[in-house]
Formats: sequence, C-alpha cells, structure tokens
Amino acid sequence: MNKINSALHEMEHVSQMAEQNQWMNRIHPLVKFLLTLMYMIMVVSFDKYHLAGICSMAVYPLMIFLLGDISFGEALHRLRIVLPVVCIVGIFNPFFDREIVTYLGVPAFLGELLHLTPKDAGYVIGISGGVLSMLSLMVKGILTVLASYLLIVTTTIDKICYAMRMLHIPRAIVTQIMLIYRYVTVLLRETGRVIQAYELRSPGQKGIRIDAWGSLVGMLLLRSMDRADDVYASMCLRGFHGEFPAGAKIRMRGSDLVFLAVWAALFVLFRIFPVFQIVGQIFVSWG
Amino acid sequence: MHMADALVAPAVAATMYACSTVAAGYSVKKVRLENDPRKVPVMGVMGAFVFATQMINFTIPGTGSSGHLCGGMLLSAMLGPFAGFLTMIGVLLIQCLLFADGGLLALGCNVWNMAFYGCFLGALCIWRPMMRKSVTKGKIIAASVIGCVLTLQLGAFSVTLETLASGITELPFLAFVATMQPIHLAIGCVEGLITAAVLCFVHEARPELLWGTGENKEIKEGRFSFKTTVLALVAAAVVIGGGVSLFASANPDGLEWSMEQVAGTSELEASGQVYDTADSIQTTLAVLPDYAFKNSESAVGTSFSGIVGGAIVLGVCVGACYLFKFFRKKNQGTA
Repeated sequence: MNKINSALHEMEHVSQMAEQNQWMNRIHPLVKFLLTLMYMIMVVSFDKYHLAGICSMAVYPLMIFLLGDISFGEALHRLRIVLPVVCIVGIFNPFFDREIVTYLGVPAFLGELLHLTPKDAGYVIGISGGVLSMLSLMVKGILTVLASYLLIVTTTIDKICYAMRMLHIPRAIVTQIMLIYRYVTVLLRETGRVIQAYELRSPGQKGIRIDAWGSLVGMLLLRSMDRADDVYASMCLRGFHGEFPAGAKIRMRGSDLVFLAVWAALFVLFRIFPVFQIVGQIFVSWG
Repeated sequence: MHMADALVAPAVAATMYACSTVAAGYSVKKVRLENDPRKVPVMGVMGAFVFATQMINFTIPGTGSSGHLCGGMLLSAMLGPFAGFLTMIGVLLIQCLLFADGGLLALGCNVWNMAFYGCFLGALCIWRPMMRKSVTKGKIIAASVIGCVLTLQLGAFSVTLETLASGITELPFLAFVATMQPIHLAIGCVEGLITAAVLCFVHEARPELLWGTGENKEIKEGRFSFKTTVLALVAAAVVIGGGVSLFASANPDGLEWSMEQVAGTSELEASGQVYDTADSIQTTLAVLPDYAFKNSESAVGTSFSGIVGGAIVLGVCVGACYLFKFFRKKNQGTA
C-alpha cells in the first residue's frame, strides 16, 4: 500500500512540476527530448577510466536545476532505484581490475598520517582501474537519471508524446503511452483500495497469500477489462474512429533553436576537450 | 531486470533500439491489420493494470519473501503478442520516465529483454501451441511457468551480453551468467505461478478473454508460425550478436570513430604557447602531483588543474545562472 501511495505521490509531484509555467517548461518539447538523448549518449560514450571527463558533464544538470528552479532533493530520491543496480554491476570491478592506472597526490600531513612511502613528486595513493571504472559507472548513472528527471519535470507526458510524434514514432505506440499514463492513476488508486481491504482482513500478514493470487488480481483484471469497454463506449460517443486527433500544434521559436544549438555545442565541447583541465591550467599559469 | 542508461554503451543501445524498432514496426502493422478500434483503450487500460499490479507483493509460501508480476506473458495471453508488445513498450517508457526504472537510452535493450521475449516467444512459441486444441487448468499453469521461466532466462542472458558488450564491467562472462541466470530462474518460477493463478481465474470466469485459445478466431488473424518465429529469433540473435560485437570491438565509441574520420586521430591534443606555459607552471607549482594514466593516452586524471578548472567552470556556470535569473526577474518587474 505504501508503495502504491508513494508511486501516486511521485506521479502527482512530477505532473505538477511539468505543468508549471516556468521558463524551462516553455521550451519546445522536441528540443528538450533531443537534448536529453544527446546528453545521455555523450555521458555514456566516455571511456570507463575517464572519470574527470564524465564529471565535467555535470554542468548541464547543474545549470538546468538552477535555471528551472527545480528541487535537487526530489531528484536524488529517484536515484534509489538506479544506484543499487549500477553499484551491483560495478562493485566487482575493483576485484578484477587491480592494476594501478593513476595516482592521486595527497598533502604531506595526510601522507604521514596514513604512513605512505613518499615518491619523487610527494605522497601519492595508487588508484586501480577497477576503482576508477566503478566510480565512473556511478557518476554516469547519476547524471543520466538527473537528465531524464529534468526532462520529465519540465515536460508533460502529452508534450513528450507530441515530440515523439514529430520524430515519426507510430501513432499506435504514442497513443498507448498517453492512454497508459491517463489510466495508471485510476488503476493505482483502485489497486490501493483492493490491497487495503485485503490487509484489513488479514492483519500482520506480509503480501498476498497464494490462495488469493488468482482471485484478487483476476478480479482486478476483469474490472479493468470492463472499464476498457466503458472507456471505448465513451470514446465512441465523442467521435472516436480508431485514431486520436492531433493536439494543438506547438510552435518552435527561435529561442528554442538557440537553446538546442548552444547546449549541443557545449556537449560536444565538453565531450571532446578536457575543459576543466584546460581552464585550470590557464588559471594556474595566470596565478 | 530494468537496465539503467549507465550500463549500456551507445553502440549497444543503438543496436538494441534497431532490433526493438523492427519488432515494434511489425507489431504496429499487425495491430493495424486487425483493424479493431476497441483494442486501443483495452491496450491502454491493460498497460495501466500491469503497471498497478507490479506494485503488489505476493507472498512466496515457505520463504517469507515476496514476488512480483512483470506482466509480459500475462499481457500477451490476454491481448496477443503484437498488441501485448506495444502495450509493454508504453509501460516500460512510463516506468523509465516517471520512476527512473530503466533508462531512456537503454529503452531499446529493456524492450527487447522484457517485452520481446515475453510477448513474441512466450505467446507464439509456448502459449498458442499449447492452447491450440484445448484449454485446461494444467495447460495454463504449464504454459505460464514455462513461458515466464524461459523468457526471463533469455532476458537475463541478453542483459549479460549487453552489459559485457558495453564494456562496463570486469566480471568474467561465466561468473556474470552464473550470477544472473539462477536469480532469474527463481523470479521466473514465481512470476509464472502468479501469471498462472490469474489466467486460471480468467479462464474460469471469462474464458473468451484469453487470446490464442481454440475457439478464439484471433488465431487465424495473428498467424505467425512457430518455424517463422524461431527463424526470426535466430536472425535477430545473429544481427544483435554480430552488430554488438562489431561495434564493441572495432568502434567502442562512435564519437571517437567520428573524430578519427574528421581529425585523423581519436584523441585531440592541445598545443601552443599557453598550453606549454601552463604545463610547465603546473609541473612546478602542482600541489597535487599530476600523473598520466599508465595504459591510457588520456592525461586527465585527478590533477590539480582539473580540480581547479572544474571548480572554476562550475562556479562560472552557477554565476551565469544567477545572473540570468536576476535579469529575468528584473525584466518581469519592469514589464
């Protein structure tokens, strides 16, 4: 029941955020959709040891969070599903890839504290390839989740579907996505009520017992099928003949194209050049 | 079994998107041929139903733990393979967008691993042949359990191949397979039993709702023989195996390949007086010594300049954002 309630709460929160009349929300959905995909491709295309490069891609979510006045705490909450999966896959890397591929310099006092043997260039800690690849996998996971979060909290599902239609994704698929999204809330509430009723009649029991698996979910399924019939009848009454009419056209403004071009250029720049290092070297040379 | 974006390389994601697109295109064509407008809301509501029932915990007798429903096999037994596949695409996309369960880039992989096997293989190679002559409770249980176990095993194996082809884990192939397959065998058995319980209930209450049963005329409309399905699966395996290994081995990074085509090298080197001066000063003044990767030409490690540069770039970005917001508020105030 708690799971259903938290899912409903999360959906409501995302939907409210996406419907706001903020600056980021007004950007054309296709621009945001394409940028999100491009960003993800750029992030995951980095080499597994290229941790610094991957970290530099944090510029995009950081700026969009600030520009769009989006809460970072809610975004972190979404990492609860991805991070464990990524960690499980990456946790073995330090055991199988033990070769030292880089060294991290440490200040002298810390080196002495840790009883490190000083090298020519000072105290260093060797970092194995496995540790680097594990960390880069985690950072990749965090950045891609943040990017998809930024898309969904600034764009409604209807607008994402509009962008998908502009990309010529078949109407049958897009219609399904819209319908599922509309009925998810209704069916989640109904499922929540059924589970609550079951829990009240079986206190202290964890989950649904095997003798009720078929009847509980089966009844829910039959009611859903009946509901689909009602939905179809009401759609027919409103003139449905197998296809949804296209929604109002969303005009692509000049500023949308500028937004797309600037961010696309920045993604390529950050992907190709070690921007952090170059800026740092310039700063050091001036210093 | 949802794969996150971080677990796939761009080449693997593109290959799996291509495979899933072919299956989706074929399904769209078949659903259009059925020309049944009633199916549109049924698919939508069933998709939402699967989404909602995935939240229910089912107690596994004698273990104290609980299992869940994934829904691929259930959907295809109710809607048929093509409509079921399209519905699963919708479910997976909404899960990835709203709950970060799976990723947008990994959607092609997830559709293939979770929807393709469950809907196509489960419905066409297991459910329909078993239900063709007569439908009994025993047959429903057998088809559901075999279908769920087999499709989950194939899905888990695909996850292993896709992850290894993406080169993000150092885990050896055999160790990875030995970890993934037994876990999904147990999950498959539980899901199969839950699916069987639900389908048995539907068979008793409203048998006409089940797809592919002897008296159901949709059998003729959705003709796709066992032999054709197996051949299609073999062809798909060859395309995926060949495509993924080709990209993964020859061009691990599409962007680097593009750079090599444009610049003649996959690594761009900065040069010039500023770069050289900065390099010498950094070597002299470095608080944290800078070491290049031993086995890599990339010199961007955890160097001082990288950390300082990162702080400066992020600081400039944050400053720019606040300036932008300041001027925007000012403009709104004067307007």
